[in-house]
Amino acid sequence: MRLPFLKRAATFEHGIHPDYHKETGSLPIRRLPFAPRLIVPLSQHIGKPAVCCVSVGQEVLRGQVIATADGFVSLPVHAPATGVVEAIGVMPSASGKMMESITIRVYQADSQAVQVSAPQDIDALDKQALLAAIQATGLSGLGGATFPAHVKLAVPPETPIDTLVVNGAECEPFLTCDHRVMVERTQDLIRGIRIAMKVSGAPRTVIGVEDNKPDAIAAIQAALPADGTITVKALETKYPQGAEDTIIYALLGREIPAGQRPAAIGVLVNNVMTLAYLGKLLPAGEGIVERVLTVAGPAVEKPGNYIVPIGTPLRFLLEQVGARSSAKEIILGGPMMGMTISSLDVPITKGTSGVLAFGKAQLPQETQRVYSCVKCGECLKVCPKFLNPSQMGLLAAKREYEAMAERYNLDRCFECGCCSYVCPSHIPLVQQFRIAKAINREKATS
Amino acid sequence: MSMELRTSPHQHSGRDVPTIMRNVVYAMLPICAFSVWQFGLSAAALILVVTASCLVAERINNLIRGTSSSLSDWSATITGVILALTLPPSFPLWMGAVSGFAAIWLGKSLFGGLGQNPFNPALVGRAFVQAAFPTAISTWVPAFSSQRFNEFIPTSLTAPFMTPPDIALWVKQQGIDAFTGATPLARWKFENITPSSMDFLTGHITASAGETSAILILLCGLYLAARKFLDWRIPVAVLGSAMLLAWVFHLAQPLRYPTPSFVLLSGGLMLGAWFMATDMATSPVTPRGIWLYGALIGILTVVIRYFGGLTEGVMYAILIANATASLLDQFNQPRILGGKRGKS
Repeated sequence: MRLPFLKRAATFEHGIHPDYHKETGSLPIRRLPFAPRLIVPLSQHIGKPAVCCVSVGQEVLRGQVIATADGFVSLPVHAPATGVVEAIGVMPSASGKMMESITIRVYQADSQAVQVSAPQDIDALDKQALLAAIQATGLSGLGGATFPAHVKLAVPPETPIDTLVVNGAECEPFLTCDHRVMVERTQDLIRGIRIAMKVSGAPRTVIGVEDNKPDAIAAIQAALPADGTITVKALETKYPQGAEDTIIYALLGREIPAGQRPAAIGVLVNNVMTLAYLGKLLPAGEGIVERVLTVAGPAVEKPGNYIVPIGTPLRFLLEQVGARSSAKEIILGGPMMGMTISSLDVPITKGTSGVLAFGKAQLPQETQRVYSCVKCGECLKVCPKFLNPSQMGLLAAKREYEAMAERYNLDRCFECGCCSYVCPSHIPLVQQFRIAKAINREKATS
Repeated sequence: MSMELRTSPHQHSGRDVPTIMRNVVYAMLPICAFSVWQFGLSAAALILVVTASCLVAERINNLIRGTSSSLSDWSATITGVILALTLPPSFPLWMGAVSGFAAIWLGKSLFGGLGQNPFNPALVGRAFVQAAFPTAISTWVPAFSSQRFNEFIPTSLTAPFMTPPDIALWVKQQGIDAFTGATPLARWKFENITPSSMDFLTGHITASAGETSAILILLCGLYLAARKFLDWRIPVAVLGSAMLLAWVFHLAQPLRYPTPSFVLLSGGLMLGAWFMATDMATSPVTPRGIWLYGALIGILTVVIRYFGGLTEGVMYAILIANATASLLDQFNQPRILGGKRGKS
């Protein structure tokens, strides 16, 4: 007999247990229709923006390159639909900034099959050719960090990787798109992992999945190759299990030295969605023209996981899923780290993992009273980085931003929001830390 | 659709300061009820008067500072109830009111209110009246007197600013055998007599209003710890270190020093460990700081009891430890994930 309390899933220390609302995890992925117009920003990744290579009035085919990569740390952009280029110019983006974008009027009568592809034999390609092929897919990290996939996989020989960690934790409440992809696209994921291992030179892979997704763990388990180089491990359902520091600690028991990258301890972390798309796109030689994302929240009538063309305006997406008029706040990403948007005219991009619509009832009340810090220490008990948010909050109130960085490791904070989540005084801790970091950055550059 | 813009996180645990404080008050109600059952009308009146005076003092402070009412955060209520429980049941009510005002004004408002006070306000209030009214605060009455629900203890109703009457005669009339007018700690200290553990558990001892039943305090504290309204490490450190030190003394000189269980059950140690040392604002937040703080209270309590001029040491132990709290935090910052070992 196995005693349930003796078998504990791998995990990190601290963290929180918010309400998960993972109801959409049982719904199969569905396809969203094409919007009449798609707005495709040239910069959907970290690095140099792509360079537009089409002109207004030009017809484009679905999958055709419409902007080319500008150097190594950059990605090309593919036409997400067959249609005609209607405009090239600045358009609103999710961050609030105006961004150079290509607007495509979609041919509604078209079948919208991917028209441009160059299937290739992966086994025949060497490392450099593979990297080039990965860059050509336009794939960035689909978990939200949007770092170009090929740059991450280009491991320099002086820091070899011994383990590829595949992040299937999906610890943010509401989001279930990684979950569905692990269940429905398991073969793509395994293929993507194989490619990533070949490119990065990692001899073994550990896939970490939170234990609230037993069907995903089972599906992966059934698809694992017999050679034992890829394993899957259940993680405790706890936020922020899917952060780089925490998932590496949970799966391997290693700590990333403060201020360094996982490569310093021989680890490479990739998101399941990114690798599943890598496994799907690379052999077919296609570019990324759509992605799976979760649309959920109490103000959504038909929540679920949808395949959404890149560039779909939020307004169109919310009309399709039936956003209730009670919707007050639209969040891109999850509720813990996602950002709200001010305009529904912004497009879905490669990095959008979820769209959540919250009504007034879900939001912290406007009248919510902020008390002074009572030094309960709850924030210290939840901070996954073992920082002292309480003390930093007191310093922030006194505008001692430099002391926060020098004495309390402000820069190690990755803004998971656990401290603000638990604070019984409703002090906007992580919000203050963001401001403090920005001010410190500004001081450093000036 | 009107859109609201805010920064993440967009969810909250739902637990706020008033919820925590309110639950601490709830957890003290059984202790109050037990006290009233033991000491009757006087204990009930004392708890009400002290709590009311704390609330009035808090509200006056709001008015002076021009801030909105802070009564709804329940912290002044906690201060009042704890303070009342540490006073002798016969304590004159007007002195109780003075202690309530001293607790809030000197202990809390002076430093800026909620969360800003370095010392536990209830203990500041108690220390104030200990200095101001040394006789009244060491006058003890027997529990379970037959008329306790019909009449006040004569001292309770002393007119304001008057000295309370001598109650030796009244105590004699109660006809309770073997009442000595001294607490178990005093009897141990001056006569080397210790009561049985059973007396401690049933409340058949002479003590402050809320300190008589160690087991009840323990249960109420455990409830708060289980609901995560207090940090269990503090009472564990306080009681553990006090017991350990008492045990060492007892082993060395069993005739001179009492058993660890006597140290644990007597006086205000149990109430202090669960309800006063755990005050959030005045205790450290860092893990190592918390353990050191608790241990300091336990050790100081035993040292003051054994070697100090006073019979009871919990109050000063906690106040001294309060003073060290922020320093303990400073020197015990946790090692961050990925930080160098052996360096904070």
